[in-house]
Amino acid sequence: MTGNRLQAHAVTLRYGERTVVQDLSVTIPDGSFTVIVGPNACGKSTLLKALSRLLAPRQGEIVLDGANIRSLPTKEVARRLGLLPQTPLAPDGITVVDLVARGRYPHQSLFRQWSATDRQAVAEAMAVTGISDLAGEPVDQLSGGQRQRVWIAMVLAQETPLLLLDEPTTFLDIAHQIELLDLLAGLNTAGRTVVAVLHDLNQACRYATHLIAMHKGTIVAEGPPSVAISEELVATVFGLPALIIPDPVTGTPLIVPRNPVRRGSGLTVPADVLSQDGARP
Amino acid sequence: MNRLQDVGDGSVALAMAGGRLSVRLSRRGLLASGLMLAASLVFVLLSLTSGDYAITPGDVVRVLAGGGDDMLRLVVLEWRLPRACLAVVLGMALGISGAIFQSLTRNPLGSPDIMGFSVGSYTGVLIVMLVFSGGYAETSVGALVGGIGTAAAIYLLTWRRGVDGFRLVVVGIGVAAMLSAANVWLIRKADLQVAISAAQWAAGSLNGLGREQLAATSFCLLLLLPAVFVLSRPMRQLELGQAVAVASGVLPERTRLFLALVGVALVAVVTATAGPIAFVALAAPQLARRLSRSAGALLLPSALMGGLLLVMADWAAQHALGFQLPVGIMTFNIGGLYFLWLLASDGRK
Ligand SMILES: Nc1ncnc2c1ncn2[C@@H]1O[C@H](COP(=O)(O)OP(=O)(O)O)[C@@H](O)[C@H]1O
Ligand SMILES: [Mg+2]
Repeated sequence: MTGNRLQAHAVTLRYGERTVVQDLSVTIPDGSFTVIVGPNACGKSTLLKALSRLLAPRQGEIVLDGANIRSLPTKEVARRLGLLPQTPLAPDGITVVDLVARGRYPHQSLFRQWSATDRQAVAEAMAVTGISDLAGEPVDQLSGGQRQRVWIAMVLAQETPLLLLDEPTTFLDIAHQIELLDLLAGLNTAGRTVVAVLHDLNQACRYATHLIAMHKGTIVAEGPPSVAISEELVATVFGLPALIIPDPVTGTPLIVPRNPVRRGSGLTVPADVLSQDGARP
Repeated sequence: MNRLQDVGDGSVALAMAGGRLSVRLSRRGLLASGLMLAASLVFVLLSLTSGDYAITPGDVVRVLAGGGDDMLRLVVLEWRLPRACLAVVLGMALGISGAIFQSLTRNPLGSPDIMGFSVGSYTGVLIVMLVFSGGYAETSVGALVGGIGTAAAIYLLTWRRGVDGFRLVVVGIGVAAMLSAANVWLIRKADLQVAISAAQWAAGSLNGLGREQLAATSFCLLLLLPAVFVLSRPMRQLELGQAVAVASGVLPERTRLFLALVGVALVAVVTATAGPIAFVALAAPQLARRLSRSAGALLLPSALMGGLLLVMADWAAQHALGFQLPVGIMTFNIGGLYFLWLLASDGRK
């Protein structure tokens, strides 16, 4: 395990005096599609920020290629590890190609601001994400799905072997979610290590080669989805009684909530309406 | 060994020295820059040929080629040309400074004149005039110290494990209001003569400025320019938000601090030379951005637009009304028009 490129060693992560993660260690297996799951506010984004040196651990260290990530030159880190944050900002009126080109920053310098390699990387990133036709469009006039693909293209243009993404599928409809996950899986197969925070447990189980389940700032389960996920885990972490069956398509764990729909419990629907065979008026 | 290549998205890539030097430029930005440069030249020429002593464009050409009689040479080379060039140089400094602060604060109002640096300079000047009865040189030092001190105070008041752009603007406006009050109080304490020269300074003017000031400000600008070049790329990367900037290899706090230092130094040089000149720093980056259809702040077009605005304003201040106005008053009016235009164009959106 020591050979893996990205690791957290006993990190404590705080915002001001508020401790979110205490004494956590984790290793991102090289070449894996690692998916981090957990309930809201359990510290997934915080962990991702620490792994990408956005947040300095109060204790412990993040290790990249055997060295403390803070001891490495920041541009050097940026050539090895890319991050798509949860809510990136696009300057007003920026065009697609211009935004994607910003991903090349760590490969450029004051004197070499635009090389043939840059052009090629940008073109490839746009082709892979299927946005080549949008090159000259302003980003703020695109649909949510297109915009997300533009941001992915920007991180891809950075050409880092390690790719960290925080909830890349939010704001996308189901078809675009699957399309994006397929894209990430393809990148993973092509050799990149991908780490993504996902909300949908079933998608996580389908796509992850390595699953990390977090709860209240700690890692409660880790491993291939079939090993990591269990009914007890879903019950304790998400507070959701669920049945786990093999996904009929992929054979990966499929989480089926057990709760029957309990109508009338705390809802404002009058009981007499529900008593008529649960039919709605 | 120069190679110009069409990138195909409205920009061209220029490679020099066998690819060791390479930049990507937008066509529209190049066109806009060319237009602004040409317009600035027109106004410089206009400034040379306008005034009580009649000079034709032909005279100007003759003088610049080394000819003309002594009087002609004196008027063109010693009086009018230095002043017009000074207007361009100071305007460029203001344009760059405005672009820097608007990028830092991610706010079109995040400009040094709104954020109270020039009010602080005025405080410095008033103290110099009241306490030390200083002349032009002492006043300049007072403006410099006052402006930089105010900026430092604003920065420190804003600092909370990092500097947030919006808070910077709000704190700046607050500090500006307090210093304005202090300035009024200082003027009331002054005797009439001092109060009058203080008011003259506060209007912002290029009257009586010439070669010496042109040399001094150009020198300062040349010193700051390398820093501007180095900082412009990380500055644009910061416009993508802290997270993306860090992830792509920018050191945000250091970049912001240096940007603020350069931005303050630029505006301080201008204020120390000519007094506060409002609205150029505010309007130039926005006008330049719209003209070159770029996203975010672009330093070169902002600089060119700043130079154009100020040389235009100074020409208008001297000649448009039949009597002389301080250029600061003129830029104030331009600022008013700018706001009307901004409201109108936002209303259409
Ligand atoms: N910038 C911040 N400042 C203070 N508290 C924060 C900040 N970001 C997140 N938190 C807090 O840290 C906890 C974990 O947040 P986060 O890692 O974003 O959760 P997740 O991504 O798992 O939903 C939450 O309680 C959240 O309120
Ligand atoms: Mg999150």
